[in-house]
Amino acid sequence: MRTKARGIRNLSLLITVCLFAALFLFGSLAFRKFFSLATLFNLFNDNSYLMIVSVGVTFVLLTGGIDISVASTVAFTCVLSAWLLEGGVPAPAVLLIVLLIGIGFGAGMGALIQYFQLQPFIVTLAGQFFLRGMCAVISTESIPITDPFYMAMALNKIAVGRAKLYYYVFIALAVVLAAWYTLRHTRFGRNVYAVGGSEQSALLMGLPVARTKVLVYTISGFCAALGGVVFSFYTLAGYSLQNVGLELDAISSAVIGGTLLTGGVGSPLGSLFGVLIQGVIQNLVTYQNLNTWWTKVANAALLCVFIIIQRVIALRAEKEK
Amino acid sequence: MKSGFRRFREMQAFWPLTVLLAIFAVNGVITGGSFFEISIIENHLFGRVIDIARNGSKLMLLSIGMTMVLATGGTDISVGSVMAISGAIACSIIDKRILPQLGGSFPAAVGFAMLAGVACGAWNGLLVAKAKLQPIVATMILMVAGRGVAQLITNGKIVTITSVPYYFINGGYILGIPFPVYIVLFFLAAALLFNRRTAFGLFLESTGCNPTASRFAGIRVDTVKWLVYTFSGLMAAIAGLIESAGIKGADCNNAGLFIEMDAILAVAIGGTLLSGGRFSIPASIIGALIIQSITTSVLAMDVAPQATQVVKAVIVIAICLFQSGEFKRAIRPGRREGKAVEKT
Repeated sequence: MRTKARGIRNLSLLITVCLFAALFLFGSLAFRKFFSLATLFNLFNDNSYLMIVSVGVTFVLLTGGIDISVASTVAFTCVLSAWLLEGGVPAPAVLLIVLLIGIGFGAGMGALIQYFQLQPFIVTLAGQFFLRGMCAVISTESIPITDPFYMAMALNKIAVGRAKLYYYVFIALAVVLAAWYTLRHTRFGRNVYAVGGSEQSALLMGLPVARTKVLVYTISGFCAALGGVVFSFYTLAGYSLQNVGLELDAISSAVIGGTLLTGGVGSPLGSLFGVLIQGVIQNLVTYQNLNTWWTKVANAALLCVFIIIQRVIALRAEKEK
Repeated sequence: MKSGFRRFREMQAFWPLTVLLAIFAVNGVITGGSFFEISIIENHLFGRVIDIARNGSKLMLLSIGMTMVLATGGTDISVGSVMAISGAIACSIIDKRILPQLGGSFPAAVGFAMLAGVACGAWNGLLVAKAKLQPIVATMILMVAGRGVAQLITNGKIVTITSVPYYFINGGYILGIPFPVYIVLFFLAAALLFNRRTAFGLFLESTGCNPTASRFAGIRVDTVKWLVYTFSGLMAAIAGLIESAGIKGADCNNAGLFIEMDAILAVAIGGTLLSGGRFSIPASIIGALIIQSITTSVLAMDVAPQATQVVKAVIVIAICLFQSGEFKRAIRPGRREGKAVEKT
């Protein structure tokens, strides 16, 4: 059982890393100026918010649940931050408020799912609509952010030659590392895998299943809010319809990175590579001068392929038993 | 032997119908009766109630398909994108942007749009029934990619068309009643006949209650699922036609955006369990009418339409809570609600 899980995990991660390398190589061969440190750094610059969000979603997927409210949480965080800043609230207070809302909202959804046995998809779908609606209640117009702290975060960067890495990328990398450490080396992290492997067994083993499940949704809510903060650094604006469909990007990053939708297998490092792969695809679409909607279609197609690979591996493993 | 009223009260549609009548009554009182006024202009009926029936037709169609999908214990959140695809195809054909050899023919446009809907539904069904994906993930793929496909069909533009027969789909009247109402009645009748006069409805409920047991009982669970997703795709395509005929063009960004929540909500209000099993299509239709009348009332009150999403999300969670056994036990600890049945 363990070796099977490990086999799937390593194989998926290997496929993911190879795919990233292959896509990057393809881009480098096909387009001049593609192969550079700047391109690589820009992948991180443009996708740091998605990395944070998909790490949060990875926690939920690992327990076998699903969270499709993250896109709205990101949008709501941006709109609320922009609105509060416009109203003269100091930046640290705004950060604290939006992160607390993310945590509270995630915990609330987790509690509904765990204690009232509601289906995760319906609760998080309702959460998605609730926050999207709340965005519109605050403002249907785009609100610009002019706060000096946000401006500083948006503009400060480290330059290596012509390649630049913005400060907020380090937030994303810190989140990935923290998630990796939590899942790998803490009791809570092992519980997450145990619940995803078999909730029944975890319960019979005396593990705190209820607490774990509520916590993963809380983490997902927190990560989505933090992703929203980074996104507001990135765009310096809050708009109620931004990021429609981000939940699929986050979930597919996790899945492409080797997380099983049935739970129990996966890692945040994989999700990081999943995000990078989608970033490369987006770059390729831009370089090729195609309609940007090809990115969405390509991502969805890639997700399909990976899910089917997972099913084939899982079915084969089941037959061997 | 139950009396007629008692039997009516125990029907699934009883509570939704009561709520609908209550909303109508409140609206009637607020508007001082003008809510119910129906005037006849050039042999066409006009009025708020008629508007609700016409504008709610898309949602009613979606909820017919969605009821059957939810009855199998699945879900279909791709309906909004399928609406966008169908509208994009129909308008692009009429505008001769794609398949110009058809000469912008109206029947071909409608036919291809419906075919696309069936294909989308079959694709969802394939992922759910054969690849055994969670329905939410399977349909989410199409939800995101579908809007992209629609954009690619129209090349990212809003296609506006001039076609009198196409306008008729949304704006036409037969015997004074809007044409979309007939479409809804037709598919309602078809779905009811298929579910209640054949064994299919029984298979559907059985699949939703316990797929494993149903398979051992000889029901082809995969085929049942495949069929309902395909049907849901078709319903979405027709809803997309009505939508695009209404705005006289195809707007891929906004066609059917966020409507999947309304469709699920309509079914939930109708009292069908979202976890599958017993279902009632007429109850879902009433649920759709309730949502439409709330939306219309909110619009009349000058509130931002997006804000109704907040209300709808809260209603969905409330309904789910009332359906949840855990919640019932939490608020009424003394009573054991039907636990004996679930245990066996």
